[in-house]
Amino acid sequence: MAKRILAEGNEAVGWGALSAGCKCFFGYPITPQNEIMELLARELPERGGVFIQSQCETGAINMLYGAATAGVRAMTSTASPGWALMQEGMSDMASANLPGVVVVVQRIGPGVQRVEHAQMDYNSVTKGGVGGYKNIVLAPASVQETHDLMQLAFYLADKYRHPVVVLTEGILGHVIEPLEVKTLDFGPLPEKDWAVAGRGTHKDGKYREIGPSYHPLYDGTYLNYLNALREKYRAMESELRYEEYKVQGAKAILVAYGYCARVAKEAVDMARAEGLKAGLLRPITLWPFPYQPLRDKAGKGRKFIAVEDSLGQMVDDVKMAVEGKSEVHLADVTFRHMPSEEGMILPGRLLQEIRRLL
Amino acid sequence: MSKETKNIAKEVVVEKPLLLRGEAWMDIIWDLFCPGCQIPLVGRLVAESLEELGIGDKAIMVGCVGCTGILIASMTMDRVSPAHGRGPDIATALKRIHPKTVVFTVQGDGDCIAIGAGPLIGALTRAEKITVIMVNNTNYGTTGGQLAPTTLTGQVTSTTPKGRSPSAEGYPMHTAEMVATFRGTAYSARGSMHTPADYQRTKKYVRTAFQRQIEGVGFSFVEIITACPVNWHMTPVQALDWIGEKVVAEFPVGEFKNVTHIE
Repeated sequence: MAKRILAEGNEAVGWGALSAGCKCFFGYPITPQNEIMELLARELPERGGVFIQSQCETGAINMLYGAATAGVRAMTSTASPGWALMQEGMSDMASANLPGVVVVVQRIGPGVQRVEHAQMDYNSVTKGGVGGYKNIVLAPASVQETHDLMQLAFYLADKYRHPVVVLTEGILGHVIEPLEVKTLDFGPLPEKDWAVAGRGTHKDGKYREIGPSYHPLYDGTYLNYLNALREKYRAMESELRYEEYKVQGAKAILVAYGYCARVAKEAVDMARAEGLKAGLLRPITLWPFPYQPLRDKAGKGRKFIAVEDSLGQMVDDVKMAVEGKSEVHLADVTFRHMPSEEGMILPGRLLQEIRRLL
Repeated sequence: MSKETKNIAKEVVVEKPLLLRGEAWMDIIWDLFCPGCQIPLVGRLVAESLEELGIGDKAIMVGCVGCTGILIASMTMDRVSPAHGRGPDIATALKRIHPKTVVFTVQGDGDCIAIGAGPLIGALTRAEKITVIMVNNTNYGTTGGQLAPTTLTGQVTSTTPKGRSPSAEGYPMHTAEMVATFRGTAYSARGSMHTPADYQRTKKYVRTAFQRQIEGVGFSFVEIITACPVNWHMTPVQALDWIGEKVVAEFPVGEFKNVTHIE
């Protein structure tokens, strides 16, 4: 049954997880994601779930690994420095075919720095880490979408037996908007008969084995494993999602995700009001990235502007997509309205850039 | 062959090998281990304990990385292999989700108390109702015999070519004693297997550790000293003698905590 509330983005992560039937949360306090774990510390035990505050983010991701081996829906959330510590566990989950949802609420970097919003983990989240694993990355741009994509994340994790990342940032985490809390149905999923629960619980009486190893599932050879992995990644590429906004006849197409997409949308409206033909393509999946939709729009004198709150990471994917057929410009962290960490990229500044380019 | 002899012969024909104790829960792949290595014995001791307690059907083993990690391939209960040192994190989640299972890790000393010190202390602090079995062979075996937290003072390893020096490498880590200091610990013991009597005593420790988990008392821990003849540059028999003379002198065997109730 749907319930309408006012919630911030971080709370929407929690409500989305609960709507998806998430049974476990593991996490370590880190700003700006704390509201996620605080909500689940309150709500999960009441629903018979498990909440554990781990000793560090490495612990959290490995507890997630453990919960996944038990076959239940589980998640962790963190911010940028904690994401660094989760790399080992992410790689192992990808290797062991384990589903799980990891929420990364980005903050400024590099290194520990301070706790304000940024989009500086795009590369490390979308390009995979040690051992060359890949994973689906979902990037919501509103509180409602955060809630909905959390549920999609759990579904996709189970569908592919693979970790999925939901990427937000400090602004989206704290913006308060109306939220309709309801369970979304994405269709049936296979039974998790591979999960461990004690040998006596399995109908076939055989033990279950899970580990970061290619041998048991893939006929024992490394190449068989890698070929199967490639097929898995290709299948995941079919999960591409993006939103187009006023791209019809646009001379300048802004490309942005997360809070920057909200800002860019407003800048597009301001530009259109002045007769400037601007549009927006918003990737919802950052991996797979909408290379082909962007490629289809390249050329014909169209210009692209990557809008991102970093020194430029996603812009490389935009360049790769247009294959040199269009100019690609970058509206980056230096477009912020003030020089301190609290600065934001605002629509007026993007409008200036659109005016300059058109 | 006379008819009589033939009948007798028929009577003694053994169709299947004799059932070994613990066989239901292990199928040791001997050629994965060096001659004289006692890690397979740890597997046997665990398998026998599970069988005697009748809990193999609800047991989940969490392995490790290193020589002790090789053991998991020989164990036939539900099993999970973690990254290096992360066993207690994974065991924590499994036990919380399935409270009626018996969840245990079998970890080497490097896995458990060097790289895995954080997960171990995290699980101890939360008083997780899991069992950790730590194999102490005083070095890193798989990688070629390097210094471990448990390496004896003066012991030569491939990264302490002149012997472990307290001024540079500090002193041997006493894990069982440390575990016993935690309030959430129900049981902590250290045993060895260099004599049959020690094997039996250590098995009793493992059984008690599992028993405390089944009773839901708290965290339980057993450290087991094992021989590593290849990296110690000894024959298997010399290695057992060295345990009796030197290793148990540094690491006393016995129970350090055993309670049936925690306030």
